[in-house]
Amino acid sequence: MSVQVAVQTEDFDVADCYKTLAKHASCGAVATFSGLVRDDTGDLQALELEHYPQMTEKALQGIVAQAQQRWPLAAVTVIHRVGYLRVNEQIVFVGVASGHRDAAFAATSFIMDYLKTKAPFWKKEHYAEGSRWVAAKDSDTVAANRWE
Amino acid sequence: MLTIKFFAVLRERLAVDQLQLDINKPISVAKLLEQLKSRSDKWHRELSRYDLLCAVNHEFAEPTQRVGNGDEVALFPPVTGG
Repeated sequence: MSVQVAVQTEDFDVADCYKTLAKHASCGAVATFSGLVRDDTGDLQALELEHYPQMTEKALQGIVAQAQQRWPLAAVTVIHRVGYLRVNEQIVFVGVASGHRDAAFAATSFIMDYLKTKAPFWKKEHYAEGSRWVAAKDSDTVAANRWE
Repeated sequence: MLTIKFFAVLRERLAVDQLQLDINKPISVAKLLEQLKSRSDKWHRELSRYDLLCAVNHEFAEPTQRVGNGDEVALFPPVTGG
């Protein structure tokens, strides 16, 4: 299986990611997910992404390896950005190539659910009047637990 | 030396991102936390968060795991990436 994992400040191009995933002979399905900076309040200035550099890529590689054990996958790409991001910028990309759609959809969901609860990233929202750390959501833990 | 790293809201509230301690013989992460809590009321409060997570040498770890010189312990709040 071809695996690409990256933690970076730079943006990524979904079309390029797709082309890399789709080029495998055993690939009959590609599922992709992109996560963007959302502003629910109307005055979010930036979202800051902190991470634990030595642990982050290792954690993501481990999550991809678990997905590989569950489904027959041809290729997986996980890209997570860090640093300061503005509203509507891309934060995360997960793409999975597999023989059939069921595995591609399921593995994409699995990787995102695990990434949200088991990879050391933290979000901080910056507003004109101050900043606040984003609290972990119980719903994300519930989503991750459904795979156990 | 044992390295202890702090992240996100914990790093901000403790105003420290990294500590180094000389540990004569390996101790559990739980014991290490007790030692750190005794530094001050602030440390006690911040390290008593029920949802505190721990990693040892870049992998999630339980409080029973033993650590010593040469290890890297990280303490942080629940993760919020994605």
